Amino acid sequence: MSRKLVDRGASILLWTSAALLVLGLLSILAYLMANGAESMSWEFITRPPRDNMTKGGISTAIIGTLQLVVVSMAFAIPVGVATGIFFAEYATEGPFTTALRLCVRCLAGVPSVVYGLFGLSLFVVFLNFGSSLLSAGLTLACLALPLIVTASETALLAVPQDFRLASYALGANKWQTVRKVVLPAALPTILTGAILSVGRVAGETAPIIFTGAAFFTPKVATSLFDEVMALPYHIMVLATAGTHIEQTRPIQYGTVLVLILLVMGVSSLGIILRARLRRNRR
Amino acid sequence: MKKSAIALALAATLSLVGSAFAGDLVIKGSTTVLPIAQSAAEKFMESNSDVAITVSGGGSGNGIKAIIDGTTDVANASRFIKNKEVSAAVENGTYPVPFAVAMDALIPVVHPSNRIKDLSIEQLKKIYKGEITNWKEVGGADAKIAVVGRDTSSGTYEVWESKIMNKDRVTQRALVVASNGAMVQTVAKNKLAIGYIGLGYLDKSVNALTVGGIEGTVKSVLDGDYPVSRYLYMFTKGWPTGDTLKFINFVLSDAGQEIVGNTGYIPLR
Amino acid sequence: MDERIPGWLITLTASLSLFIMVFLIYFLVQEGIPTLREVSLKELLLNFDWYPTEEPPALGMAPLIVGSMTVTLLSAVMAVPFSFLIAIFLSEVAPSWFREILKPALELLGFLPSIVLGFLGMVVLAPWLQERFDLLSGLNLFNASLLMGAMIVPIVASLAEESLQAVPRELRDACYALGSTRWETIRKVVLPAALPGLLSASLLGIMRALGETMVVLMAAGGAALVPISIFDPVRPLTSAIAAEMGETPVGSAHYHALFFAGLLLLAMTLGINLVSMWIEKKGKERWMA
Repeated sequence: MSRKLVDRGASILLWTSAALLVLGLLSILAYLMANGAESMSWEFITRPPRDNMTKGGISTAIIGTLQLVVVSMAFAIPVGVATGIFFAEYATEGPFTTALRLCVRCLAGVPSVVYGLFGLSLFVVFLNFGSSLLSAGLTLACLALPLIVTASETALLAVPQDFRLASYALGANKWQTVRKVVLPAALPTILTGAILSVGRVAGETAPIIFTGAAFFTPKVATSLFDEVMALPYHIMVLATAGTHIEQTRPIQYGTVLVLILLVMGVSSLGIILRARLRRNRR
Repeated sequence: MKKSAIALALAATLSLVGSAFAGDLVIKGSTTVLPIAQSAAEKFMESNSDVAITVSGGGSGNGIKAIIDGTTDVANASRFIKNKEVSAAVENGTYPVPFAVAMDALIPVVHPSNRIKDLSIEQLKKIYKGEITNWKEVGGADAKIAVVGRDTSSGTYEVWESKIMNKDRVTQRALVVASNGAMVQTVAKNKLAIGYIGLGYLDKSVNALTVGGIEGTVKSVLDGDYPVSRYLYMFTKGWPTGDTLKFINFVLSDAGQEIVGNTGYIPLR
Repeated sequence: MDERIPGWLITLTASLSLFIMVFLIYFLVQEGIPTLREVSLKELLLNFDWYPTEEPPALGMAPLIVGSMTVTLLSAVMAVPFSFLIAIFLSEVAPSWFREILKPALELLGFLPSIVLGFLGMVVLAPWLQERFDLLSGLNLFNASLLMGAMIVPIVASLAEESLQAVPRELRDACYALGSTRWETIRKVVLPAALPGLLSASLLGIMRALGETMVVLMAAGGAALVPISIFDPVRPLTSAIAAEMGETPVGSAHYHALFFAGLLLLAMTLGINLVSMWIEKKGKERWMA
């Protein structure tokens, strides 16, 4: 009898924790929605800040975040996919491949603030790009690289061997096979991986603090060497620096909500696409 | 150096993508001076629409470094330039020129129910060192003192450190809060607390103490009587010209000094 | 066109990761090691006075290291058992309709930017803790650990679930056949079989917590002291770097010390990562045999 009770108790505990997690997430999101909703307006999204950031909008920070994402992906996607192709199609077992795998795995575990220090010393100081969109974008690209590598490799390995054999049978060489057959077949999955890493990059703060985030700029960056405002950094400065922390509370909530909508929107899109791809494969 | 050649080529190609236009002004540095620089930049651009100003934080050290490297037009600093920085600038052939743009004063505050009205610099120092731990030692009720300080990286802490602590360390048991606003809230809630805030943040929820009998007011700070105060600076690369000169002049003008007052600091006149 | 060229190009591009890793270590060492000219390694690691703005600066990192460790450990204590419960539920108990909800929810929680959690800690959790427990400040070790726990649950739970899924079906069936209840099967067979995977999942969660910056910067209170209670403020290595890097003159002893702190973090996280890889490898070999 008591064994049955223990089993029942365990089940209840497991169900409760699962329910707690879902409820916790929903309540966080609901709380942020409720508090951010009142500062949402057309002006908030389309106008730059004014009056010491106590009024106006956050358009420059939204655009800055998008620019950072574009710059970082422009670097991380080609390099990441190429590395994925290397692992899936070209790599032979040996010290080089082992070392490379180890590096990718280790890069995935490097703290984001350490990426920030690295970006500061390599891009800002050593290569002399200064504190700029370019430096911050490249720093974020390094952070996103391991994610894209892993996603691409998995996607390429999932392409059936028959595809490759059929291509070889038609007289194609290795590169033609990869480019014309394997890559197109794996592309949707690779893109999904890239979308998910965008969700990661858009919300990062620590790597951009010293590499290219501006406290305030009235215009959108027109060159890679301009500094940009970014949503996560904007939340940080409004909540911790300056002399109007209390007055800007509604703007802080609004900015948090915009960031959440952006990150969660992009991530949800990635998650849904991935689920679809998996279903189609079955 | 093949690598830097590649980097240069890369940089050259990238700069073709778009280059900064002439009417740009870059301001970097101290987070303490940020609100002044940011508001002033906004107001300045209203009447000079051809100039775009970018303001970033990063701290006094970064701002002065950027002046030395020539990567910024104006550096905000909550402290004067250090000797090490001056020699670095001389080596680089740049000459940072300081402009005092505002003053900042710190007022010790306690809970409204506290009957203490005045503390000397010596008493404040001992309280923050952790030597005096009970209010009765400075003429108050028999109760423990809850010492509230600021983060060591904040500009406000620097003033307190140089004007009150004078080479002695704040006790590690002091509670640390992150902003002036948080300090007011903390002290207003806690009957035993003592803290310090910028003059612009003083409100009815806390009691201001006089320091050595001198009340912290705009007048006493400007006269140089009130001991816990400092200047805030903007540095330029050499004597300012063009838009930089215009901007500095604007900050020092009546309109600029009004902004200083509105952001919680003390205008120079 | 020579057909070997693409292969070479791919290999060259792939080796960029190697370069990044090498550069990362190189730059941190180059900027971090000069601090040893000013202070001895022993003083840096074991001295409890972190007063970097003094002249000369006191650069004892012990409180920062202890701060990092306490936040990490406390968050692991709170989050790892909970993550295991979620993982067991997903792998062994959840009906498929609920899996469809819980899996994406878990993943979305993982995508919540750390700055948002830090913000919540500052404006919601801190005032509440202050009222509820009558504290001096709600920005403390407990607050930061709680949020950090929320950050690592998705990581630990999803990795742990994978390792539970990898336990062969037959083992479970054999156990049921002997008349065990579901919970007994999980406890006696599934968990022990998945142990290496669970261990490695926890380590990766701990690694993530150790390197987390924004949550501790905003919610941990930031005092460089050794906490005696869970309601004491702390200043982990990551928040010291993020808060002080900008304020220090470039090239000063303090500047190099912060890079050294970064090097320390890198060494710790790499170490944990390598240990978890080793455990995974050992675990895989078990199934092979």
